[in-house]
Amino acid sequence: MANPSASTRTEAFPVGLRVLVVDDDPTWLKILEKMLRKCSYEVTTCGLARDALEMLRERKDHFDIVISDVNMPDMDGFKLLEHVGLEMDLPVIMMSIDGETSRVMKGVQHGACDYLLKPVRMKELRNIWQHVYRKKMHEVKEIEGHYINENIQIMKNGSDDFEDRHLFSGADINYVRKRKDGDNQEHSDQEFSDPATVKKARVIWSVDLHQKFVNAVNQIGFDKVGPKKILDLMNVPGLTRENVASHLQKYRLYLRRLQKQNEGGTFSGNMHSDFSCEDVTGNFDMHSSTQMQQNGASSKYTFTAQKIQAQEMFSDARADDFKSISSLQVTGSKQALVCDIPDSQKVISVSRLGVLLPSKDMMLGAGKKSLEPAISRQQSWSGGIPVMQFMQYPKHDHERCSLLEDYSCLPKPDQEHQVLYHLDTPPSVISLTCNTENDMSGLSEFKPVHTNHRSSHTKTASPLSCMTDTLSVQVDSGSSNTQDYGVAFE
Amino acid sequence: MEYSNLRRQAAYMKKSLFDQGYLDEQFYQLEELQDDVSPNFVEEVVTLFFRDSARLISNIEQALDKCPQEFSKLNAFVHQLKGSTSSIGASRLKNECTRFRDYCDEENLEGCLKSFQKLKREHAVLRQKLESYFQLLRQVGPVEKATRPSM
Repeated sequence: MANPSASTRTEAFPVGLRVLVVDDDPTWLKILEKMLRKCSYEVTTCGLARDALEMLRERKDHFDIVISDVNMPDMDGFKLLEHVGLEMDLPVIMMSIDGETSRVMKGVQHGACDYLLKPVRMKELRNIWQHVYRKKMHEVKEIEGHYINENIQIMKNGSDDFEDRHLFSGADINYVRKRKDGDNQEHSDQEFSDPATVKKARVIWSVDLHQKFVNAVNQIGFDKVGPKKILDLMNVPGLTRENVASHLQKYRLYLRRLQKQNEGGTFSGNMHSDFSCEDVTGNFDMHSSTQMQQNGASSKYTFTAQKIQAQEMFSDARADDFKSISSLQVTGSKQALVCDIPDSQKVISVSRLGVLLPSKDMMLGAGKKSLEPAISRQQSWSGGIPVMQFMQYPKHDHERCSLLEDYSCLPKPDQEHQVLYHLDTPPSVISLTCNTENDMSGLSEFKPVHTNHRSSHTKTASPLSCMTDTLSVQVDSGSSNTQDYGVAFE
Repeated sequence: MEYSNLRRQAAYMKKSLFDQGYLDEQFYQLEELQDDVSPNFVEEVVTLFFRDSARLISNIEQALDKCPQEFSKLNAFVHQLKGSTSSIGASRLKNECTRFRDYCDEENLEGCLKSFQKLKREHAVLRQKLESYFQLLRQVGPVEKATRPSM
């Protein structure tokens, strides 16, 4: 299952296309592997969505495309789909024996670039490379736009004379275009031989960057917001209007889903429908936490967390506890949130939190009983706790599955997709560093929660500082508490 | 020749499996995938299928014992099994899964139980038939390889 890097690929694209296949059915996995090998693709198989995500996170540039089944016991295929799309931005193809229009539609909604019906045929698999190609084309265009804009900005900023500026802009565009075309040629060729190149040039929405974005959005006012306004306010050199526009779109989608989720109501009650259809929120949160829990080193989140010294303070063991705690906290602090957050954000935060509880996928060691005390304890903590907790997901503990069983009695949104990857919810808020715009919005939502406890203003502060503050708070008063939590969940 | 007789027998067995609806097109697809790299591909896949489906069937059995019955959970298990049956083209089995799921949707426990019995029977029958088929093929196999022109 080794995946040589792109640079060793000597034959023409799409030979050697690096495919990751995820399917809980071992028979299908074997068949698909054989079929893809026959297409001369490089195949890596995975029986668990979790493993697949971990693999993707560890080796971000080792895969060109992901094919995943919709129905998997450990994670809803749609959630995986979202995670991959947001974090790795790889094309994802869904598969299922169920060809119902609603399901296919859901796949497309969640970002699948194709939806194959089982039994899958060779000819369908032979063509999957087109999705990789298409994505590369789009990326090239984005970069193109980036270059052009950058040059325009430079020209505009440099010139005092308004007219001159226009002249420069116009002339420059042509110049840039010409140059771009030349660059493009090389670039296109390069893309296919080394997709990693294109990826590196993309805008990474770091925590800071996203924070600036959210600040700008809040400053302008969500209703009046527009990419240009945001771009100007952010004042980040090299950032293009296109970058902001697409980020804004994702942010909007994310918020909308959060709202729908919140409209769903209580945890147990409406989680069903909300989750089966609108579990986007959960998804966003999911991958951050997954990141946190699985891959401290490579995940930006963990890095951020480390920067904030959390790493030193919390061992893996604690992280596990925190994992449990965070889910609980979310539950518990729901009430706190309701009180403290300004209305719109409150709603959103709550709904996000709501996502956490019924997750069967929580992988938390805590038994149901121990949740209670944790929750009540949580409420006495500052809002920062969830943040901290969320960041403490370095490990993914398979043994602590008792929570899952305990929650099995809770009404489930969709039995087939009952594994809601809730763990991620909290961290995703913080996981701005990954291309998860949604998570970022989550973070912005959380900020008020945290800052409210610390200061009276409701304006969202930078997540990092906020987190730092909360973290330091936690650090100061937390050690003993964490012990408590540890106990609670053992 | 002995071998050609066996080969004919095998071919006939396969044909009847198709005619009687036990297998469908997907099985041919599997045969197409078999090559020098994986000379026993079809048998391996079928073996894998029966091992995994046995597990799924026991999951369903356990789920059926639950009281009160959780139909959605049951449905999910059957859906899994159905997906699996499609991998080898186990047509009859797949259809029975569909019927089972319909009963689940109706929350008709009795229907589910009856369907499940049928399912288990179909599963056992198919397993037996395919085992005989592959046994026959194994007798025929080596000969085929020997008669093929060397690469």
